Amino acid sequence: MEHFDLALVDWSRAQFALTALYHWIFVPLTLGLSFIVAFMHTIYYKTRDEEWKIMTRFWMKLFGINFAIGVATGIILEFEFGLNWSNYSWIVGDIFGAPLAIEGILAFFLESSFIAIMFFGWDRVSKKFHMLSSWFVAIGSNLSALWILIANAWMQNPTGTAFNADTARNEMVNFFDIALSPTAVFKFLHTVSQSYVIGALFVISISAWFILKNRHLLFARKSIIIASVFGLLASVFVSITGDSSSFNIAHTQPMKLAAMEALYDGEESADLYVVGLLNKNKDNTNFKGIKIPGMLSIMAFRNADAFVPGVNDILNGNEEQGILSAESRIEKGKIAIKALADYKQARKEGNDELADQKLKEFETNYSHFGYGFFKDKEEIVPNVPLTFYSFHIMVALGLFFILLFAWLLYVSLKDRLVKNKLLLIISLWSLLLGYIATELGWIVAEVGRQPWTIQDLLPVTASTSHLSVGSVQTTFFMFFALFSVLLIAEIKILITQIKKGPEKGGSHV
Amino acid sequence: MKKIIDFYISGFKEMSVHNKKLWVIILVKLFIMFIILKIFFFPNFLNSKFDTDKEKGDYVIEQLIGQE
Repeated sequence: MEHFDLALVDWSRAQFALTALYHWIFVPLTLGLSFIVAFMHTIYYKTRDEEWKIMTRFWMKLFGINFAIGVATGIILEFEFGLNWSNYSWIVGDIFGAPLAIEGILAFFLESSFIAIMFFGWDRVSKKFHMLSSWFVAIGSNLSALWILIANAWMQNPTGTAFNADTARNEMVNFFDIALSPTAVFKFLHTVSQSYVIGALFVISISAWFILKNRHLLFARKSIIIASVFGLLASVFVSITGDSSSFNIAHTQPMKLAAMEALYDGEESADLYVVGLLNKNKDNTNFKGIKIPGMLSIMAFRNADAFVPGVNDILNGNEEQGILSAESRIEKGKIAIKALADYKQARKEGNDELADQKLKEFETNYSHFGYGFFKDKEEIVPNVPLTFYSFHIMVALGLFFILLFAWLLYVSLKDRLVKNKLLLIISLWSLLLGYIATELGWIVAEVGRQPWTIQDLLPVTASTSHLSVGSVQTTFFMFFALFSVLLIAEIKILITQIKKGPEKGGSHV
Repeated sequence: MKKIIDFYISGFKEMSVHNKKLWVIILVKLFIMFIILKIFFFPNFLNSKFDTDKEKGDYVIEQLIGQE
């Protein structure tokens, strides 16, 4: 791996992480708030109650600001794929092409066509068509997320494809294996449902602020009821899909699961840590805190007695459990890389017999291909403390949101919300906690799968382009400045709009 | 078609000054992203070096097998 520049890899990763985390400020709010707006619009359509119209218009306006500022921030990720990650982009090209093309044609046009009708359509199109437009925007936004998450899921669990040694590209063998892989299904469901939680927290946080300021009380209480119901359902679903994702990760990315739980030495009836602190020991004495006996085994294999492999099992191998050591996989990976080189050489020299033999050797060892880029087995271990703490804080916040939504709903239905200052203050700050949880979710998913861009097949170190570190550093700081300015602009516009509050009539978004 | 264009024009016309500012920010952002960043800072690495898919594939394989 000496021909790959690690500083370049680190800066490219930092730039990608910065862009993705920034992009993910806008996306979950778009996904979640679009459905809340559609619900409110439907209630207005059914009841023709002006109060619901005012609510729909207000939240739609905030949705519009978020959508407008966030639009196209994801495109920068594609720019980075093309420039910084050219090896990776070339290798996955055919796999990403189909889902992203479908996204472009179906979801983007559905979303962008109806968004203008949703914003400008008041009193210009029929009430039914206008209300349906809100739903189409919500469905279109979520469909966009579906295709992108399918592409991401393939990187975590590459199925339904075959690597072409002549073109260096992965080719699609079965579209449905990619689109309907459990990794893709759980990733989509978990990601969109937690986005609904963000949408609900956004409505609750702003409504709580109105109540604390003694403004728009009826509006705020109704908004909180809608958001609490939506948020409660979504947050329970998040915990169910999160559990399913963990089950899937146990089977496809065991190192990530080990890092999530800081499990170094695998064990039967493995415990799940609830809360605590890690020390520096790289064994199972590394944790002080509270744990639930056998729960990790249940989560990972639906069996309280099941063996869950730890970091050391994956590094050193475990014959009893049928786990190959990292060193063996590195060896096999090097055989695959050598076989690929020999195959190309034999093709060049027109030696078909040798080429066929080398191709077979390559294909036999291809499942270990990515390991061949490592010198030291320790390189396959992700950042355990970062993954562990991100995972546990995310889970704790997820459980907190369930309680918060249930508490809000109960107090609202009992008509005691206005007097409950503590709950209103917690609600006001809950949006920040929601964003912390959702960004931590991506850190678990993406840091936890390091060092891979494509699980087991391509490490990040072999994915980058030959660029100067300076050029990546320059664009990193450019993005940092651009994103900061845009974020400040959005927050400023949003706050101005929120301070104005809901109003009757008014101009379109 | 004319109806659709009129729909958009009147929609934009009726926006508040505040929302028009928002659209200005969006247009500036899109200009920075698609014109300045894409053209001057983010050319496609392989497309800028090679003309054919075969050349690109051979280059990536050379990168992977370390024959620079």
